[in-house]
Amino acid sequence: MLRRIYALMVKEFLAILKDKKSRMVLVLPPVAQILVFGYAASFDLYNVPYAVYNEDTGEASRVFLARFDGSRTFKFYGAIDDDAQIASLINLGKVLMVIHLGPTFSRDLSREKTGTIQVILDGRNSNTALIGLNYIQSIVADFNEDWAATHGRTIPPARLVVRSWFNEMLDSHWFIIPGIVALLTLVVTIEVTSLSVAKEREAGTFDQLLVTPMTPVEILVGKSLPGFIIGTLEATFIILVIVTWFHIPLRGSIPALYFGLFTFLLSAIGIGLMISAFSVTQQQGLMGAFLFLVPSVILSGFATPIANMPRLVQDLTYLNPLRYFLIVVRSIFLQGASFDLLWSQYWPMALIGVVTLAAAGMLFRGRMY
Amino acid sequence: MNRRGTADSASGQAYQQHGLSVQTPSIVKSSSPKGMSVHSEYCLEATGANKSFFLGRRRVIALDDFSARVKKGMVTGLIGPDGAGKTTFMRMAVGLLIPDKGRIICLGMDTSRDSLEVQAAIGYMPQRFGLYEDLTVQENLDLYADLQGVPNEVRPGRYRELMRMTGLGPFTRRLAGRLSGGMKQKLGLACTLIKPPALLILDEPTVGVDPLSRRELWHIVYRQVEEEGMSVLLSTSYLDEAERCQDVILIHEGRFLGQDEPHVFSKALEGHSFILTPSRGDKRRLQEVLSERHEVIDALILGEKVRLVTRDAMEPQEVKRCFQVGVDFDVQVVEPRFEDAFISLLKRKKEGEGEAELHHAITPSMVRGSRDEEVIAVKDLKRKFGNFYAVKGIDFTVKRGEIFGLLGANGAGKSTTFRMLCGLLPASSGELRVAGHNLRRARAKARAKIGYMAQRFSLYGGLTVYQNLRFFSSAYGLRGKRQRQRIGWALESFDLSGLKDARSGTLPLGYKQRLALAVALMHEPEILFLDEPTSGVDPLARREFWRHINALAEANVTVMVTTHFMEEAEYCDRMVIMAQGEILAAGTPEEMKARFRSPENPDPTMEDAFIALIEMHGQEAESA
Amino acid sequence: MTGEQPYGGHMRGISMMRLRGLVKKESYQIIRDPSSIGIAFVLPVVLLFIFGYGVSLDAQHVPMAMVIDKPDKAAFDFISGFGQSEYFSPVIMNNIQEAEKALMQRRIDGIVWLRGDFGRLLLSTGNAPIGVIVNGVDANQARITIGYVTGAWIKWLERFSMERGRPLNIPVNVDYRIWFNAAVRSRNFLVPGLIAVIMTLIGAMLTAMVIAREWERGTMEALMVSPVKIQEILLGKIIPYFVLGMGGMALSVAMAIFIFHVPLRGSFFALTIGSALFMLTAIFMGLLISQTAGSQFVAGQIAIVVTFLPAFMLSGFVFDIGSMPMVIQWLTHLVAARYFVSILQNIFLAGDIWPIFFSNCLWLVAMGTAFIVIIRKKARKRLE
Repeated sequence: MLRRIYALMVKEFLAILKDKKSRMVLVLPPVAQILVFGYAASFDLYNVPYAVYNEDTGEASRVFLARFDGSRTFKFYGAIDDDAQIASLINLGKVLMVIHLGPTFSRDLSREKTGTIQVILDGRNSNTALIGLNYIQSIVADFNEDWAATHGRTIPPARLVVRSWFNEMLDSHWFIIPGIVALLTLVVTIEVTSLSVAKEREAGTFDQLLVTPMTPVEILVGKSLPGFIIGTLEATFIILVIVTWFHIPLRGSIPALYFGLFTFLLSAIGIGLMISAFSVTQQQGLMGAFLFLVPSVILSGFATPIANMPRLVQDLTYLNPLRYFLIVVRSIFLQGASFDLLWSQYWPMALIGVVTLAAAGMLFRGRMY
Repeated sequence: MNRRGTADSASGQAYQQHGLSVQTPSIVKSSSPKGMSVHSEYCLEATGANKSFFLGRRRVIALDDFSARVKKGMVTGLIGPDGAGKTTFMRMAVGLLIPDKGRIICLGMDTSRDSLEVQAAIGYMPQRFGLYEDLTVQENLDLYADLQGVPNEVRPGRYRELMRMTGLGPFTRRLAGRLSGGMKQKLGLACTLIKPPALLILDEPTVGVDPLSRRELWHIVYRQVEEEGMSVLLSTSYLDEAERCQDVILIHEGRFLGQDEPHVFSKALEGHSFILTPSRGDKRRLQEVLSERHEVIDALILGEKVRLVTRDAMEPQEVKRCFQVGVDFDVQVVEPRFEDAFISLLKRKKEGEGEAELHHAITPSMVRGSRDEEVIAVKDLKRKFGNFYAVKGIDFTVKRGEIFGLLGANGAGKSTTFRMLCGLLPASSGELRVAGHNLRRARAKARAKIGYMAQRFSLYGGLTVYQNLRFFSSAYGLRGKRQRQRIGWALESFDLSGLKDARSGTLPLGYKQRLALAVALMHEPEILFLDEPTSGVDPLARREFWRHINALAEANVTVMVTTHFMEEAEYCDRMVIMAQGEILAAGTPEEMKARFRSPENPDPTMEDAFIALIEMHGQEAESA
Repeated sequence: MTGEQPYGGHMRGISMMRLRGLVKKESYQIIRDPSSIGIAFVLPVVLLFIFGYGVSLDAQHVPMAMVIDKPDKAAFDFISGFGQSEYFSPVIMNNIQEAEKALMQRRIDGIVWLRGDFGRLLLSTGNAPIGVIVNGVDANQARITIGYVTGAWIKWLERFSMERGRPLNIPVNVDYRIWFNAAVRSRNFLVPGLIAVIMTLIGAMLTAMVIAREWERGTMEALMVSPVKIQEILLGKIIPYFVLGMGGMALSVAMAIFIFHVPLRGSFFALTIGSALFMLTAIFMGLLISQTAGSQFVAGQIAIVVTFLPAFMLSGFVFDIGSMPMVIQWLTHLVAARYFVSILQNIFLAGDIWPIFFSNCLWLVAMGTAFIVIIRKKARKRLE
């Protein structure tokens, strides 16, 4: 039995590695996606263009505005001197925001009154607007503190001392990039497995396989192992890139990470083989893989938090193995977690894996015509 | 209908089948184009046409200095095995491909320069005609009428005529995808004829079509010639169809082999063809021994007899004297067939090129057990899909060492039956015993004793010959020394040693067939299942294949085979003919034919018997 | 040898009869093949539902631990503000160790920690520290949470100062206005972007398979030998799928307006023109893929790879293009969805802003023209 499984595994490997196209599938997506995700997928803002409408001539306004110059977040677009220009600049998307200082700004400050600045933001991308506003708020808060200290003004009775754990600089790359381990491993494993049976069905070799004395369990195991090995290698490669190229700390337990990877691969392979066993042609396999992958990526918490979804959709995400593995990866990378914190993530993946593999095994023989 | 993928890969496939002719580009003799007038007696003239393709980095020659002329007002057959270059030539004739060298004049126009004009004047039906399966019969006709620019006024009349001719009248509202294979071909032909063309080009119109529909297609073609004066060029790999053409062009491996009226070819072999009747029913031994002899061009099993074609003309007594091989037989001189001539031409050509003789049949080890034992027993077997019965309760038994045929048109239920026998499809009800095991309970045990060769020779195309053999032998549980021995045996017996490291996907079809048979025999099965084992391979490879099968049957291996080549039914010891999920008739080939012997047809062929059976069944169904 | 030039050089005229036949045929096929209808109508609805509900950046009811070392009125006064806000769901915890453990276990997303001396410092020296710890794993959400906490803090400061009769006096106060989306609903900008992403996928998928399908089923060879011209074959494909795609688009727009309540501020006219241009570009792209791939399977694979991921990541639909590295910003110009995202976000949220509209349309026209030129060049009435 072991020899038969071994023979099938060797054959699967040869079939995957000898075909130029499937070799590409293994190499291209990881490289391309790491680059694209690594650099493009970020909620942090850089060089946000802003315009200044300064009606004030005082010293204080210059000191205040200088705070924006030094920031990597903002890029000065130009000064305007007319209310009407605000609309055209924002409408045309030339600037994300206009900072408006009224004529009394410096005077108010020097008289120990509150100087008000007006910020007009382009809300077409409301997330960017909100983040931009947050940056402004923190620049103003810093300015206020310094101004109060140097000019002997009364300070507020309480202040916030904010610390963020696990990602001290609040760099959103740290959030997105470890997620790529999970995302890519899923995509590659599903691609490798979801077509494996359909391809043989189309070529007629699956019949040839079924008339041998191999049992469905042997076929299942033989077809799963390449996915495991390829998935593990692929994940290891990405982890290395993340640590050495993107310098994201790997703080937690590596055995816990690989145990998580193992349960995750189990579930991904199970789903892939189930899709494959369902489909008669490769095209159906591809559609199936696509229809599984898209929602599972969207509803995994990869880019947007699960907590923000409606209740019903949140419940749906419990069926999604990616959801669990993303937590495992991020907890281990950033939080430094180990086994004790992650059991609640391991067992659902293992369960999904066992159920789908069993279903796939039954479908092998069930759908033979 | 699985022969072609996309058109691009179709050409690719054609070269693959033909891969043996891969060679360095040969120097082409310059052939001066002759001046041709529009009023020529030929409707198609090819002069020194060359065409090669690249398959990966390999250069494959599809047509090599091919010259031929097609006469007006008759049916010309383009005859050659699959991969000979027939499709390439037809595509060039209609301007879909351009010759690398040489030129082709169609109806007085150069096909590479004036392809649009050529296309407006001819009708071309590709091998898989482009019927839109999700359109109805009527909508398909409308589409092609629109494309051909047929004026609205003349359409109703033309439609009526075409529907009457094809018998499709009652089905105009049916989706084309729901038609049977034969009806699809007829509809394809109707679409091509919607605007009567001056020249009709048909690429293998009868492939995969049951004998009855085949006969009807020929009928329609002849009507066009006789009533409309149309010229027809038709390609086929069925050699028996050549005799129905008025003129034939023989093509092999991209080269012109000869052109003449079919009877001229066969006439040359008068006195070479004999029927031998072995006295003790030892037809297989006799055929095997004869095939080894140098004096023999061809030896075929024909029911209980052996058909012999000798290299030189002989008298019957001479034949008896010459072949004293330990088997007694009677000799009878027969009319040579076109096929005899074709095989003879091919064989001489191969010998002339110094290619090796046909290989010896394999030497399988003997299967133990009595020849009276029933190894396959089927009782009231049924299979339901939804609420449609694909197999409606059939019974038959097969004895050890028999070659048993399962015949029928597409959709007759023979594939379903076949798949149930191999354990690929569970039966809905009924009893099924294979090699002493009940298939409903002990599938794995039964599977270890059977070998299976799928249609299209399913192999892992990305793996080498050796890797395929190793994988399948492991899958059957062979290991160690025994595994090495069996792989060695397979490589040697099927002459695959030289191709051990070639990717099986790139092998020519004949070699794929050998490898597929080798794979099925790795574990020395008691029963061998063959699903359309010879479709698409050339006649020589087909003969070689059957010699292996005969050797297996001699060694007590039971062989179960489906085929749509009626002539191959003659190799079977017994067979059943199926239609609409039922068995129409069962028995030996002789018995089948004998049922339809009549004064008008004293010596019916298998095909005659088949058609008569189907027609009888149709009448019964109608009267019931 | 003169025969190598592609056809179409002469006989330019397009026959209406042939075109009508082809369009009719394609339409029948669409109607009878449930998969085209599925891709055009069911897929956008399903995807828009999943994405529309699944993708939201508006954090609400963020679970926050409130740790009060020494319960007094000042402390309770401070945290009462969190209880009233819809942004938080506060959990009172007894000590900081428990809260930190909960943070590790991801049961809460942040901690507000008032130390034992909070009340005393507040009344004496002022400037009492309020400890805030957030889980920074998701930096974006963490930042939004900090923003919410800051807001709650400022509100409390104002209330606190008012109660003591000393109005709060901070040097600079920010008064902001967010145009086009005053309520800062992320759905308002995500849904138009999603329509663009989904339509890219659908336009390409619909057509990517159609030419490949003709090759695969052998119907192309029969078409080729009829007197039909290559332009007619192409038009015969483009027209029905354009109509179908626009139908799917209309459905998506209706969903955006009536189900997701996204305001439509621009004109219907601009929306139609923009959508039509985009649909054509997407269909051309699909045809090009189809032509290149040769088999439906490969075509489907390419369509997914070249449309979905780039449209998702590089169109600016969620990640701000301006903040990407320069090289990647250039790359985004090759993504047709980028222009349509911009068109849709403007028409929905801002109205008809013609300069943006026209520049985006121009890019789409340029892309579409490039595609159709390549298609036309590659398409020959030959099999090689």
